[in-house]
Formats: sequence, structure tokens, C-alpha cells
Amino acid sequence: MAAGYAYFEHGADIGVRGEGASVEEAFAQAAAATFAIMVDPAAVQPQVAVTVEFDEDDFELALVRWLNALLAQARSHGLALGRFELRRDGSRWRGVARGEPWRESHPRGTEVKGATLTALAVRPVAGGWQAGCVVDV
Amino acid sequence: MDLDRLERIDDWTWRVRREAAAGGGEALLYGDRDLVAAMDDKVLEQIGNVARLPGLVGPAMAMPDAHWGYGFPIGGVAAFDPDQGGIISAGGVGFDISCGIRCLRTDLTLAEVAPKLEPLGERLFQTIPAGVGVEGDLKLSVDELDTVMRDGAEWAVRRGFGSGEDLQYVEEHGRVAGAVPENVSPTAKKRQRGEMGTLGSGNHYLEVQVVDRIDDAAAAEAYGIREGQIVISIHCGSRGLGHQIGTDYLVSLAKAASRLGIALPDRELACAPIRSPEGQAYLGAMNAAINVALANRQILTALTRETVRELFPSARVETLFDVSHNTCKAETHVVDGRPRRLYVHRKGATRAFGPGHPDLPPRYRDVGQPVIIGGSMGTGSYILAGTAQGEARSFSSASHGAGRQMSRNQALKQWHGRQLIDELRARGILIFTRSMRGAAEEAPGAYKDVDAVARATEGAGLARRVAFLRPKVCVKG
Repeated sequence: MAAGYAYFEHGADIGVRGEGASVEEAFAQAAAATFAIMVDPAAVQPQVAVTVEFDEDDFELALVRWLNALLAQARSHGLALGRFELRRDGSRWRGVARGEPWRESHPRGTEVKGATLTALAVRPVAGGWQAGCVVDV
Repeated sequence: MDLDRLERIDDWTWRVRREAAAGGGEALLYGDRDLVAAMDDKVLEQIGNVARLPGLVGPAMAMPDAHWGYGFPIGGVAAFDPDQGGIISAGGVGFDISCGIRCLRTDLTLAEVAPKLEPLGERLFQTIPAGVGVEGDLKLSVDELDTVMRDGAEWAVRRGFGSGEDLQYVEEHGRVAGAVPENVSPTAKKRQRGEMGTLGSGNHYLEVQVVDRIDDAAAAEAYGIREGQIVISIHCGSRGLGHQIGTDYLVSLAKAASRLGIALPDRELACAPIRSPEGQAYLGAMNAAINVALANRQILTALTRETVRELFPSARVETLFDVSHNTCKAETHVVDGRPRRLYVHRKGATRAFGPGHPDLPPRYRDVGQPVIIGGSMGTGSYILAGTAQGEARSFSSASHGAGRQMSRNQALKQWHGRQLIDELRARGILIFTRSMRGAAEEAPGAYKDVDAVARATEGAGLARRVAFLRPKVCVKG
């Protein structure tokens, strides 16, 4: 399965959905979808890396925790993030995101406040995995 | 929405039929036939889910501006009794804890301001940090942030942002009791470091508005507003700290509910009994976030006041009122003739105390609390007044905005930010934003008819219309 992301409808907010050959890749794509709401990823230089780590054995809650950990890192460090990788060892998740401090020239979108449990789904699909939820903007 | 799933009680009130509500308590929708028919089916499903939560008192209610949210619908109101196992829900408050509107009245008229609208908008855009990734100048230590969480807008006034007079016209006088900063994660505190005194993004804004029409002369006089006058509204919340508290407790309360044997119809309703350690932990953290939001709007009030006075040195810029619309507050309400202490969740709904309520400032006590329905940047907003009947109808709650009728994705397909801004300028509304995407998502056409929402709010007896405000300058986050 080719990795990628898409959006789905929600009345007030935005649904994000990532797809990939593995659950980790689907999560990374869901992160790409989330951050592309805030900034054009093509305009983000991968100058700085931030890491996130957490334990979670529920795949669906893991998606929410992954996205929210990234949002917290980005906001705490004033970063626009554009590239995402994730590895899993049992219930231990370790991820890295790359980006750069916000610049005035960044094409800005809309701030994502958090990932929600609404329309939260992580499931195997033909040839890979799909992971998505509604994010609050 | 399929109206067959509802029972019409009167022109403005609809009850969710038992079979549609799938058991639980009573669920009501307020609004006229068109507004209710246009609501997403998810509103019915979500308010029905709320009605099934433990300890509910009275009906679970959706205000006339209700739309599909997460957990509770946006525009959802529900009260719970802690003595009957009542719960507190992170999904019933939302991520942007204590998001709300500070409305400022000036003594300027449109005629005076019109020649300087462009420089006023430019200066406000330069002064008010707005948009994703934009930080404020104020950087707080963790110790000082703990003080903000305890003292709210009182802290801001002590730091020189505005005056004590502002606080008279803020809910709880700018400081809610019961905040426990120790219940707020280090991540939440870190996330707030650069975000005090910032507007945020999405539907947040600072608008310079003109009072276009007065509907209730007595209340308008009490509120100090008249036709042609300039008012300024600031819509924002508790920023990163509140978002992180929502994030932290959504997952922990979802797990707690399962552990405590609360069957959640939707995991997003993440909740715990008010009296449980988990419920108390969230309550303390949420109150801390409310204080941060009140402080944030106080800082922005002071920045706005200074900016207006750069161009109009003798202008008076006074707080008309500050209302929060994402909260859970302990309030006393009379139920079946008996006063009871209840925890009232308002998610995308405004408190609307009626005349005579002891918590109102003396100036407004005879007419009721100012209620602000923030509309889109192209249409307008309403100031209303709380009513006596609102107490029985909705635990003194009313609508908070126009309410979206179109998703952000749909809006992006339909409008382009630059084109929209040009069209609004041609209509005399100046938009200042860093985000063309944000402007398109917030297109006036993506929102419900604010006139219909205000009319239904009055028709349902939740609040009565006092004045209509027309936007002139909008700084969008």
C-alpha cells in the first residue's frame, strides 16, 4: 500500500486519516495530515528534530497520544513540523518529528488544538493499515 | 435532521423521542423548525448520549446554534448533581477550556473612527498576536504561571494589564475558585510559555464592530450602548494550557470511566463522578485553565485599549462583559422548587443569568446578564440579556455563536481566502490575517444565519435580543 493521507468530513472540525503498509506508517501519515492543516509541509525545512515516547497497548488511544504528543512538542518549542517517523516495540512507541521554528514567511493554516476520540479508528485494510480521528481546530 | 425523530413541544422546543434517544433522561433541542431541521443527525445522537450519563438533572439540551462536536455537541448544556453520582466530563467542556468573548464598549462613534479604520486595523494586527505559531511577548516562569492559574484576571491587573474596574464585568470577577495548578501537567505549563496574551486561530478573532441596531432600549442603556457606537469583541480561550489539559484528561478520564464502571455511549464523553479523585483532579485543572483564559482576555483587553488610544488618545474603552462558553461550573439552580448545587456543563454555550441574579454586577442586575452571540466576520453579532425564564428553561444558558453549517473542508472547496477578503473589503469590512486558509474556513457562508439563531434564542426564552453589532475590522487568528 502506498503511504498517504486524506481528510474526512466533520461538522466543526476536521477528520484526518493516514494510510501505510504498517500501523506505524499510517500513524506517521496521520501526523502529516494533522500538521498540514497548520502549515504547508513543502515550506518546512527539517532543521530540528523532536522526539516523543509513550507506552500504550490500545492502538486507538496510541494514535491520539501520538498526535497530541507531537502537538505538545510543536507548541512547546514553537516549531512548524513537517516530517514524521514512528517505531513500535510491543506497547512502547518512539517517534521523531522534524521541522523548524516558525517563520513569518510560512504559509499558515489553522491551529490544531488536539486530537479527539471522535471517529477514532485504527484498522487493518487491504495491504496495510488505516488510522484516523477528528482533530479539534 | 429527520424531524420525525423529535416531538415538537412548541415553536422553539423539540424533545428527542425515547426510541431515538435510546433510553436515558430527557433530551431537548431549542430552535425553530428550520434551524433544527438543518442540524446534523449527529447532534441528536450526541445530545441523546449526554442524556444517558449518570446523575443528570433536568434535560440534556442543545442550544439553537448546536452542531456536531466531539462527545457533547457544540451548543450542549447539561447539569449534574454530585450527590446523585453526577459526573464531570472533559468531553463536555472541550479542548479550548473557557473559550469566550470579552466585549469592550468605547465612547467612539463610527463617524469618528471611519476615517482611521485602516490604520486601526493595521495597528491591532501588529499588536495582538494572532494565528498559528505566533507567540506573545510575555514569557512566564512556571511559578508565575501557577499564580495565573490561581488568580486569573486578578493577576493580569496586578501585572498592569487593565484595571480593577474591568473585573467587575467578568464572570466570577475574573477569578474562579477551586483551581489546582498541581493537577496541571508540566507539558501543559510548558505549552503555555509563549501563549499568554495571544488570540489563537480557527474561529478566534478580535473585531471592531458598530452597534447597528438596538432591540431593547432599557437593557442597552444599562449596558451603555447606543446606535452608531463602536464596540470591540475579543474571542479566544485558555490557549495551549487549556488544550493540553483537555488532551491529558480526555484519555485519563476515558480510562477512569471504564475502571469506575461507567458505561460510556461514546468514549469521547470521558468522565468521572464529580466526587471521585479523578473527577476532582479534572475539576481543579479545568478551573486553573478557566483562570488562564480570563487572564488571557484581560491581557488582550489592555493591549487593545492601548492600541485604540494610540489613534484616539482620549477614547474610553471599558469592559462591557466577559462570557465564557466552554466550562463546567458549580451553580445553584432551583429544581422542582428546591435550590440545588449542580455542575453545569456548557460546551459552546453561554451562561445567561436573568435579572436579579446576585452574581451580576449592580449595573446589570435589573436587566440581566449580557450574553454575546458571536457571528461570522461578514454578518454580525448580537448582544442579548439573560431572562428569568432561562433559569427553568436551560439552567440559565443560551447560544454562543452563529454555529457552523458547513465543514471546514467544504468551505475550503467553496471559497478562496484572498478573494473572500477582497469581497468583504468591498462591503466595508477589513480583514487582517496571516492565514488565507483560515479566512476561507471562516467564510460567512459556512455559518448559520445569526439572525435566526438570535431570534430562536429569544423565542425559546433563553435570552432576549438587545443589540445587533456589524463588523468593521476583523483580526483573524
